[in-house]
Amino acid sequence: MAKRRVMFTFPQELITQPVIYNLGHKYSVVTNIRRADVTEDRGWVVLELEGKEDAIDTGLQWVRELGVRVDPIEGDVVAG
Amino acid sequence: MPYVSALRCRECSRRYPLDPIHVCEFCFGPLEVVYDYEALARDLSRKSIARGPLSIWRYRELLPVLGEDLVDINAGFTPLIKAHRLGQALGLEELYIKNDCVNPTYSFKDRVVAVASTRARELGFDVLACASTGNLAGSVAAHAARAGMEAYIFIPSDLEQGKVLGAAIYGPTLVAVHGSYDQENRLCSELADHYRWAFVNINVRPYYAEGSKTLGYEVAEQLGWRAPDFAVVPLASGSLFTKIWKGLKELQQIGLLDDVSTHMVATQATGCSPIITAYEAGSMNIRPVKPNTIAKSLAIGNPADGYYALKTIQESEGAGAAVSDEEVVEGIKLLAETEGIFAETAGGVVVAGLRRLAQAGAIPRQALTVAFITGNGLKTQEAVAEHVQAPITIEPTLSAFQEALERRQATASARAG
Repeated sequence: MAKRRVMFTFPQELITQPVIYNLGHKYSVVTNIRRADVTEDRGWVVLELEGKEDAIDTGLQWVRELGVRVDPIEGDVVAG
Repeated sequence: MPYVSALRCRECSRRYPLDPIHVCEFCFGPLEVVYDYEALARDLSRKSIARGPLSIWRYRELLPVLGEDLVDINAGFTPLIKAHRLGQALGLEELYIKNDCVNPTYSFKDRVVAVASTRARELGFDVLACASTGNLAGSVAAHAARAGMEAYIFIPSDLEQGKVLGAAIYGPTLVAVHGSYDQENRLCSELADHYRWAFVNINVRPYYAEGSKTLGYEVAEQLGWRAPDFAVVPLASGSLFTKIWKGLKELQQIGLLDDVSTHMVATQATGCSPIITAYEAGSMNIRPVKPNTIAKSLAIGNPADGYYALKTIQESEGAGAAVSDEEVVEGIKLLAETEGIFAETAGGVVVAGLRRLAQAGAIPRQALTVAFITGNGLKTQEAVAEHVQAPITIEPTLSAFQEALERRQATASARAG
């Protein structure tokens, strides 16, 4: 089993969608939220995912295709 | 390490030992170094600092390193110059330039990498690594060479040849990565998990970032132990900005500065200004962006310290400005033509931001203002190549010179008129 720490940034139109529940349900990935800040017009969630490596990859691809931004928790590490 | 006691989560305040870790296991918040300020206040004085070397290591007690075995290529203690002519052009009477172009690899990154590489060696690492589009790559490669460490440097596959050379000369393993910026970012986070390397801005980031505090210390010392009224800084991840502020506050905390009323001023290019956008919207939430600016050293679309940079603006009653690429070029030229300093694009961002805020009256004429110029213009020549005057070409005779000079002067006065 692999683990991945990621940050989801939600656009306004997806705030009310159960994206994290569906990710866990559809891809058999355990989602474990550690920090979050969600308001009516935007939101971010820092979470850990646990599951098979390829399930995490396909699950995250599905999340991205929905329109959620997915980043490593470190932010951008490619520096100037 | 008598003055460094632990790492602490910036979000939930949990403490950790001084290991190569960068996020809190509990809330995934970033970790920061904790010092024993009481002991520092007791043991450090302006005099004891003045006896130190003319480099960042004169402030060694305030940096997270253990012993004497420093990785030292002479980073820091760069000139702070009074900028009379630039000040006149901008309407500022007390303007200073902190010229970090003259570091050993020509950017402020030498400060952070000196600390990261020293701590990495103390932690038993043999390999130093980073992902970079320029300044960081050169600095990591140079420090690894000096330390006798292996270096792995990840660069975008379309990076300009001059920048590749600036790192390659030190003999690291350079890896050119195909794909988007986001893909390279993801790869590097995975690499840092996978290999036992010191990835300077990932697993040893809490130590690395502390190196930027030395810019605050130096400016205060060079001003005769006083803090500036305004500090104008270029922002990428936001780390440099927060650490200059931290450095000034620490000096006050240990009694080396009487008062710190510095207003921290953040500058970015409009093509990548997630921090200024949030500041202008009055929000503490950063919306990541896709960078599109000539200021490539500041092109961080999802800044790790963006939130903390916004807090620094708030705490210091600071300000912010985002400037266009055209203004960046004008800023580089203005600095060069008035002060003889050729800065990279980040320096153009600072000068252009300074001009905006001075014109708007946000920085008063008499305020003691320091502009932080963080990298050398020879690294980003392409940004200004088409904006400088071409040479006059002549036959080797006096008359040819005089005729050409007259033509040039006539063109100049026609333009001015």
